Amino acid sequence: MHKFLIRSFVSSLVLLFTLTVAAVAKDVKAAFVYIGPTGDHGWTYQHDVGRKAVEAAGFKTTYVEGVPESADAERVLRQLANSGHDVIFTTSFGYMNPTNKVAKEFPNVKFEHATGYKREHPNVSTYAARFYEGRTILGTIAGTMTKSNVIGYVASFPIPEVIRGINSFTLAAQKVNPNIKTKIVWAFTWYDPGKEAEAAKALIDQGADVIAQHTDSTAIVQMAEKAGVYAFGQASDMDKFAPKAVLTSVENNWGPYYVDRVKAVANGTWSQKDTWHGIGDGMVVISDLDSQMPADLRSKVKKLQADLASGKVHSFTGPIYDQKGNLMVAEGKTADDGMLAGMMTYVKGVEGDIPK
Amino acid sequence: MIIDINFIGLIIASIMASAVPLILASCGELITERSGVLNLGVEGMMIIGAISGFALMTVTGSLIIAIFGAMLAGVLISTIFAFLTQTLITNHVATGLALTIFGIGISAMIGKNFVGIPGKEFPILFEGLKDTIPLLGPILFGHSIVFYFAFALPFITSYFLKKTKIGLIVRAVGDSPESASNQGINVRLVRYACILYGGAMSGLAGAYLSMIYTPQWIENMTGGRGWIALALVVFSTWNPIKILIGAMIFGGLTIIQFHMQAIGVRIPVQFLTALPYIVTIIVLVVISRDSRKIRLSTPSSLGKSFHKDN
Repeated sequence: MHKFLIRSFVSSLVLLFTLTVAAVAKDVKAAFVYIGPTGDHGWTYQHDVGRKAVEAAGFKTTYVEGVPESADAERVLRQLANSGHDVIFTTSFGYMNPTNKVAKEFPNVKFEHATGYKREHPNVSTYAARFYEGRTILGTIAGTMTKSNVIGYVASFPIPEVIRGINSFTLAAQKVNPNIKTKIVWAFTWYDPGKEAEAAKALIDQGADVIAQHTDSTAIVQMAEKAGVYAFGQASDMDKFAPKAVLTSVENNWGPYYVDRVKAVANGTWSQKDTWHGIGDGMVVISDLDSQMPADLRSKVKKLQADLASGKVHSFTGPIYDQKGNLMVAEGKTADDGMLAGMMTYVKGVEGDIPK
Repeated sequence: MIIDINFIGLIIASIMASAVPLILASCGELITERSGVLNLGVEGMMIIGAISGFALMTVTGSLIIAIFGAMLAGVLISTIFAFLTQTLITNHVATGLALTIFGIGISAMIGKNFVGIPGKEFPILFEGLKDTIPLLGPILFGHSIVFYFAFALPFITSYFLKKTKIGLIVRAVGDSPESASNQGINVRLVRYACILYGGAMSGLAGAYLSMIYTPQWIENMTGGRGWIALALVVFSTWNPIKILIGAMIFGGLTIIQFHMQAIGVRIPVQFLTALPYIVTIIVLVVISRDSRKIRLSTPSSLGKSFHKDN
């Protein structure tokens, strides 16, 4: 509650500032609504890096951080739309309904909603990144580098985005090493360094020698460094936090898309779109591959990266079975986007149940 | 593998490491509460300690300056609380809550420039001895100096309160400030000192998180541990030794839950998250059945302002 109070207070201050600035500027102005603080060094941080790219391209930007996914979001959006912003990026799944609701009231303002699927009005676009492509690469590396054949995976919340990541990772790891076992621990947080470190430690103590994560802080790679096992960076390049442990990172790169869309607004060419970009479009970036990886693995990964980018390889290529052995994707077929977007079952080979 | 004795040692060592910030903050708060002051600002003081420690470590490069600087930062922020509650006689609860909100806000502001910087390695003691004794090796050796200090602190605190004159004065002030004042004890001075000490320990607890446990700075990184520390003091019925046990239980719940998940046992996470608080409520219910015991263990003037008539 106290956190919410400060956030609201800070939000109001930022809005007040926005309103004052709005009176003088005439160019295209972009606003960003963030779920977390820009200082999380994860999800919100990467969106803010994207915002800075827009700023560097010569546009004015505003952001409001720590906006709860509630009626508060509507209020913030309405105020941003009212104060002369031409395009508003709402960067969390929970802003889906508020975005569409406010978009109806402001037909001249463009709305861009991240990770959602509702585009109820012509001025609403949606965008997301195919992070699962990055996880195919991580799975390939993990399956090759593990010696204990136990791979640890720290997950956040049981939503399609995370399940898809686990599946993509496991499928790729099994492809190179059929003996691996993926142990999953749900931390039920996006970032809480203490908890994440404890989850990673538990997995390491139980024999995992490669740790993957779908939470945001750098605590896990640091724990891996201390314990002398391998890990992968999440959202941003985490190599400097754990130079020995981090083999590579999957980076979220929103900048090019943001610049593109703001430019489209400026040129008057903006139109409704549903964007789901992956490695090929540069929205998902694989950081430098660590030199501890054998040269043949590195070249294999480079090739896989190129094939994922060109579409020659798809992360979910059949035959894929679920845990009970039911066919999910037939041989020679690939999972369509509808299936990927709603994926809530583990593939065969993942241990345990999805928590409710 | 699960029955492996060293594996159990590793789990216990993880639990102990996670208990360190709770023990430090709780032992500090215990002294504050023993003097009759209820400071709900533990979370705020911890987060200030966390950012101060991390910032000083990054800027000066000295771990010693950073650790003591974090404690000093805790002292400074608790001075605000002490001045408001002791000199201006404000309400303890409201002031403590304000301190937490203030701490979280200001730490985020200072911390803006320290996001995404890796921390420095903190020296570990007796690492070579870790594998010499089965089970006890990983428990006893290979930890930071703060770890050993935290596990000595409850015993020092207990000795201080029971056996030393100053300890008795602190308890007297907490139980009956009027009588203590009539005996010529400067109640305000004692309470000031106890509040500042609590601030120093909370600051150290925060520094442990940002410098040793997860060496990095991100906003809100204390993640509610200050509130758990507060609950622990009540749980312990103001007995430092019980803080040690409580901190192990509270810290251990998360770790054991993660281990059970990795093995494949499922327990609803929401239940486990709530467990520390449920345990606290049960303990409160149990001790409140014995009114004599609660009278004996609770500082009688806890949370009440003392205003000496001139």
